[in-house]
Amino acid sequence: MEDIITLDYGSGGKKTSSLIEETILPLLGNPALDELGDGAVVEGAEKLVFSTDSFVVSPYFFPGGDIGKLSVCGTVNDVAMQGGIPKYLSLGLIIEEGLPAEHLKRIIGSVSRTAEEAGVRVVTGDTKVVEKGMGDGIFINTSGIGVLACPGLSPKNIRPGDKVIVSGTIGDHGTAVMLARNPDLVKGDLKSDCKPLNRLAQALYGLGEDLRVLRDPTRGGVATTLCEFVQGSGNCVILDESALPVSPKVMSACDILGLDPLYCANEGKLLAVVAPERAADALALLKDIPGGEDAAVIGEITDAHPGKVLVKTRFGALRILAKLAGAQLPRIC
Amino acid sequence: MNSESSVYKLMEVCGTHTMAIARAGIRQLLPQNVRLISGPGCPVCVTDQSELDAVLDLSMEKDVIIAGYGDMLRVPGSTRGDSLARRKSLGARVEIVFSPVDAIGIAQREPDKQVVFLGIGFETTAPGTAMAVKLAKERGVENFSVLCLLKRVEPVLRGLAKDPDFDIDGFLCPGHVAVITGADSFGFIPRELGLPAVVSGFEPEDLIRSCSMLLSQIREGRAELENQYKRAVTSEGNLLALKTMEEVLEPSDCRFRGMGTVPLGGFSIKPEYRKFDAKARFGLEYKDVPEPAGCRCGLVIQGKIEPAGCPLFGRVCTPADPVGPCMVSSEGSCAAAYKYSWEE
Repeated sequence: MEDIITLDYGSGGKKTSSLIEETILPLLGNPALDELGDGAVVEGAEKLVFSTDSFVVSPYFFPGGDIGKLSVCGTVNDVAMQGGIPKYLSLGLIIEEGLPAEHLKRIIGSVSRTAEEAGVRVVTGDTKVVEKGMGDGIFINTSGIGVLACPGLSPKNIRPGDKVIVSGTIGDHGTAVMLARNPDLVKGDLKSDCKPLNRLAQALYGLGEDLRVLRDPTRGGVATTLCEFVQGSGNCVILDESALPVSPKVMSACDILGLDPLYCANEGKLLAVVAPERAADALALLKDIPGGEDAAVIGEITDAHPGKVLVKTRFGALRILAKLAGAQLPRIC
Repeated sequence: MNSESSVYKLMEVCGTHTMAIARAGIRQLLPQNVRLISGPGCPVCVTDQSELDAVLDLSMEKDVIIAGYGDMLRVPGSTRGDSLARRKSLGARVEIVFSPVDAIGIAQREPDKQVVFLGIGFETTAPGTAMAVKLAKERGVENFSVLCLLKRVEPVLRGLAKDPDFDIDGFLCPGHVAVITGADSFGFIPRELGLPAVVSGFEPEDLIRSCSMLLSQIREGRAELENQYKRAVTSEGNLLALKTMEEVLEPSDCRFRGMGTVPLGGFSIKPEYRKFDAKARFGLEYKDVPEPAGCRCGLVIQGKIEPAGCPLFGRVCTPADPVGPCMVSSEGSCAAAYKYSWEE
């Protein structure tokens, strides 16, 4: 291996093989992947959950994670939110020539560790190298297959009286990445919450039909996900502002940047809507698992204002939360 | 107060106040006969369309990098949908910065480019902009310039008060501006306009307290300047910041969106620093353009109508596809009304 990835590594020839054999297989190898076939043959199940996601985060190393960790978490979490126990991943790498080989190794190392943490295996993959200027270091696509364990999760199950639960503090990933992009602006040790959620999700599957829906509030944040839960329905979410878990560091960063943590991306948190009589059980289940310690009931479903998400402010007033329009931009002063 | 049936209108001048009021739902908490009117204090909203058009044209020039605050990215030019964000997709170099000094950094890293910082804002951002011009001169960063679109609060408030339709009972004065200019800079409101004025902070508690102070003045028939935001605002302001501004900037006539030219309503760069004035460097001219059909941003900015009073509000004009600047800036009255209110 050379010290940087050149176009030759995407040629499909010897150099491609060396990249796969020296960088990928030592870290991600398993019987299905080691075959290096055109696809992997894996154990089946009656019902599968299948999901895909692409990752273009900039910078590709950020406090609390990197694009490798993110690419595993993103797809694992999507499968888990749909009621699946994630098993297998594909890994598609699009590398910009000039990427230091050391960076690639670190990223694949993260993929490896995170896959192990989540209990999934990378069983098939692809590598392309594009010319300098055609990418931002590295882009990754992952697809994931899981075995359906908790069928029927859907916003359609939500009914008045249900409780809304978040598994921990909100806005950590979005603010950490924003600060990583602008290191001169605010000094702080904010970390992304990037984390596989399948164990937290699986803990809740036991609630059966009392678990209405699960979603990980990534881009657009908690506000946008909740809007998706109730839009077009007869339900309304009333959030309790004082119950929202936001770390003081994230709150300060948001104040300075003019952002709202409710709209900041999360990569290691789930939102669950559960039947009111099981809310305490759900909280206890989440709090018992690493990453769920700060879980909290943050709101309730009513039929008061159909299709709307409202926040009860600390002062008792109600304000509306709409879906995020475009990217959050830092403001002037 | 005269009677329970009278309606009292308080104007919050600052865009950050507008947003904080909406976010905490303060309008719902006030008595029915107390109305909060948003004034012309969102710097993005009051930036004239002709100036935006000039910026958009400039962004397409070869080797030009536009650097500015994030709010400016989506403000539409006179052509619907045209914005710096769109120009960026078409190949323009547009960089979001948090401080004008960051823009100098870009200029130093890319010496073969012309970096133009969009100097937007009131007295709050003016000292930082002035400091950047000074720094660029000291460091000899010749490829850096500032397009000075800075505004001054006092002339625009005087302009509002002169309007025959002006009907405001008291002012919530902008705390951030007052940090720089000093609380006393708002003394003209009681002294010359005969109205109560309270310099207010930005926490919901600050704003509720300031409203209460204004209402007490109205009830007791007083018109005084009071400073609620004493933990940050002194009487005389930040003298170092004021000195820097005076060194680099001078008051000049200035266009305000929907209000026309306000005498001495803005700042321009002094002749000694003309070299760093992007308007001069690129020979920019601002061409008069009509406001977009139906857009009432001008009236909203002057507090004459509320956002919902605009026929485009929430129908044609939304944060995702804004027609006027009040909908695009995070501090704009229309964006605040759209984002946070639901039954007002």
